[in-house]
Amino acid sequence: MSTATGPSSADYPRPHAHVHLGVFFQGVNHTTIWSDPASGSQIDFETFREVAQTAERGLFDAFFLGEGLRLREQNGLLHDLDVVGRPDAITQLSALAAVTRRIGLVATQNVTYNDPADLARRLASLDVLSGGRGAWNIVTTDNSWTGANFRRGGWLDHELRYVRAAEFVEAAQALWDAFDDEGAPVEVRYAGRTVELVATPTVPRSAQGHPVLFQAGDSPAGRDFAASHAEVIFSAHGTDHADALAFAHDVRRRTVAAGRPEDDVKILPGTQIILGATPDEAREKARWVKEQQVTPATALSLIGQVWGEDLSHLDPDGPLPEHDPVVKAIGETRGTPRPGRDAVAVARAWRERATEQGFSIRELVLDQERQRGFVGTPSSVADELAHWVRSGASDGFNLTPWVVPGGLDDVVDRLVPELQERGAYRTEYTGTTLREHLGLRAPVPHRRTLVTADA
Amino acid sequence: MSALHLAVELDGRGAHPGAHLVDTPPLTRTAWSDTAGSDDVGPERLRRAVAAAQDAGVTFVTFDDSLTPAPAGPALRVDAVTRAAFVAPVTSRIGLVPLVHPGVTEPFHVASQLASLDHASRGRAGWLVGSGDVPGARAALDRPVAAGDDLRDETADVARTLAALWDSWEDDAVVRDTATGRFVDRERLHKVDVTSGGSGATASPATRDVPDGVRAPFSVVGPLIVPRGPQGRPVVVARAGVLPGTAVDVALVGPGADDDARLTAASLAGDSWVARVAAQARADGAPLVVLDLAVVLDTADAGAPARAAELDAATAPLPGSAWASAARWSGSASGLVELLLTLRGVVDGVRVLPAVQDVDLAVLVRDVLPALRVARAVPTPRPGATLRDTLGLARPANQFARGA
Repeated sequence: MSTATGPSSADYPRPHAHVHLGVFFQGVNHTTIWSDPASGSQIDFETFREVAQTAERGLFDAFFLGEGLRLREQNGLLHDLDVVGRPDAITQLSALAAVTRRIGLVATQNVTYNDPADLARRLASLDVLSGGRGAWNIVTTDNSWTGANFRRGGWLDHELRYVRAAEFVEAAQALWDAFDDEGAPVEVRYAGRTVELVATPTVPRSAQGHPVLFQAGDSPAGRDFAASHAEVIFSAHGTDHADALAFAHDVRRRTVAAGRPEDDVKILPGTQIILGATPDEAREKARWVKEQQVTPATALSLIGQVWGEDLSHLDPDGPLPEHDPVVKAIGETRGTPRPGRDAVAVARAWRERATEQGFSIRELVLDQERQRGFVGTPSSVADELAHWVRSGASDGFNLTPWVVPGGLDDVVDRLVPELQERGAYRTEYTGTTLREHLGLRAPVPHRRTLVTADA
Repeated sequence: MSALHLAVELDGRGAHPGAHLVDTPPLTRTAWSDTAGSDDVGPERLRRAVAAAQDAGVTFVTFDDSLTPAPAGPALRVDAVTRAAFVAPVTSRIGLVPLVHPGVTEPFHVASQLASLDHASRGRAGWLVGSGDVPGARAALDRPVAAGDDLRDETADVARTLAALWDSWEDDAVVRDTATGRFVDRERLHKVDVTSGGSGATASPATRDVPDGVRAPFSVVGPLIVPRGPQGRPVVVARAGVLPGTAVDVALVGPGADDDARLTAASLAGDSWVARVAAQARADGAPLVVLDLAVVLDTADAGAPARAAELDAATAPLPGSAWASAARWSGSASGLVELLLTLRGVVDGVRVLPAVQDVDLAVLVRDVLPALRVARAVPTPRPGATLRDTLGLARPANQFARGA
């Protein structure tokens, strides 16, 4: 996988690039192993404090929380095999702001079930109280199933989700910038197709101007949205270098097309790092992690997702079901991303593979779970990460530990020093704000003057 | 004699709407104003003011708030839940009670935020129920915001919704059963299926055609995304009459239109209006009754009457505001101590609205609370206790839990 030991750094387009690291406290996904004795509470504040403080000790750029506004269901039942439940992101990050000094605090918040005036105010509040370390990961959930928890319900047409996102962001930026030269708030008027407001902000500008904007969309529309509005992309391209490089080139092209310098958007793929003292030890650990992630019950749940029915009664060590799935497309699981591939075709391919290899259900699922991210010694992984950023495949990585709170310890204690030795990682925080950590430009002041009604 | 809980309102530079307009005498500047004198909304003033209140033995602090700029008072202000969350991990025994207006913020978000605050504070969260008009809210939110009777009804519906969402997880829902691979027992998680009253359109932008002041109905399916907090439900603090008495934990009371808001120890003898409104709030079902008391204290530089006149001249308090609706005390610290001692047994607590934080809170924590502690008149909140523990309130049973 690694080609980093060959070329000298001068051969790279970005020979002096630093790796920027974030940590994604994920929960609610089978990536997070809750069954291990080292796995802490998923709701006690102390778990979050320890992860954030470990990341800050490792000079990370950011600590990142997700959002889900309805508990996941599969085949009409609450999904009970993964972590369920988490704190409200902005509330939790505000608490973390008091016990950290430098690390950025990123809240995932959607634009459909929030009001721009309210959310912009809460994000600005986090940004002010943290001394300019707040960020917003913009998401566009719009289904009526999630909407059943909100006043307006599923009111937004799916086609309008990025229109809403763009208008929401423009309105929020207008509010964040609506101060005269003496710092007195002024009234903002915004009129679009999906956002209409007249409001005067109460929260002053923060030390970094306003919160940093993250976005994670991967569809063409999502990439264009990021290229126009985001400052950091939290991408899914964090395993294969060629794939990541192609993605990065595409994003830079779109960023330039949107009238921005190509380095205006930083790319932080979500990924996982598994370290061992030797390559064999790392591989063995990766195998163990995957087995913990794919429990027998999770294996049955994952094939149940493909077949579209509850298959929890099957023997995970037995063969796959012989009948075809009852659904056409995979992804009926509520609260997880987008419906996708043809279920019948996937099921048939899986049956063929299982027959060929003599796999049980669980063996087949383990075989299908792609190894994400980086597996190796601290030295080899440091080489790879430096190679990624110097070649421009990414600006860094957003790491998902498979166990909290201790899952980040070896990255901070063993990998970060290797990166520092390579001149590919900061040795201290040189700024106080997230915008400074990431090397982002200041937000355009008085952006409200650029905002025009969309008719 | 029962103890008297002391609460303090901590928004901005002070509870008097003119607090940010008067100069603070240099001699009375305090630890929290030294570094933050020019920064009313930054983290340092907040952190130091709450720490001072906690050190003095205050039971809980409240944080006033408004989505839109208040018609009188400070132009700048940070979201109250965010402020409460920020001080949660750096305090250990003081209750944190942010104001959230039920007509403005989505019920599901309010429930998540306050449950998260309860976790982050290890059980010291409360909800100060906002009431009255929020000027400009309709234009800011692009939907009708209830007013008058509609707002009263909606407030009750929101409180009912929050209680249900806070109960939607049973306390033992997280089972971490490695044998079956289940993280939660889904039988211990519950949909709430709440539907509010009201009529008309709920979907945006259809609500643009609905006249303002009219409630738009809402429904919430649940369960909440946040597990049940240490207190089961955060402590609900509301002005008497804002919610049905049985829906509140702490009712805030003040004088009626015909009552003399200015209190003295002597005025509390016999049948005072304080005893009357407290009895009424208890009859309505409130477990605890707390008197709102607007306080202007003597300082070395100026007497309380002169200070009060200066503040009122800077900005006259609006009718209906917390300051204007409270009982009033202006005078010496020792006089306030005497008044508070006399209020024991009449009410369960007093929420002090310090006119100017740098001045009146400073005197309160330096002179008033120590004297009350010496008299054993106030409880001593213990580190690790929940706000319910400190207030002597039972942890609410879960409405969805089946009998053991």
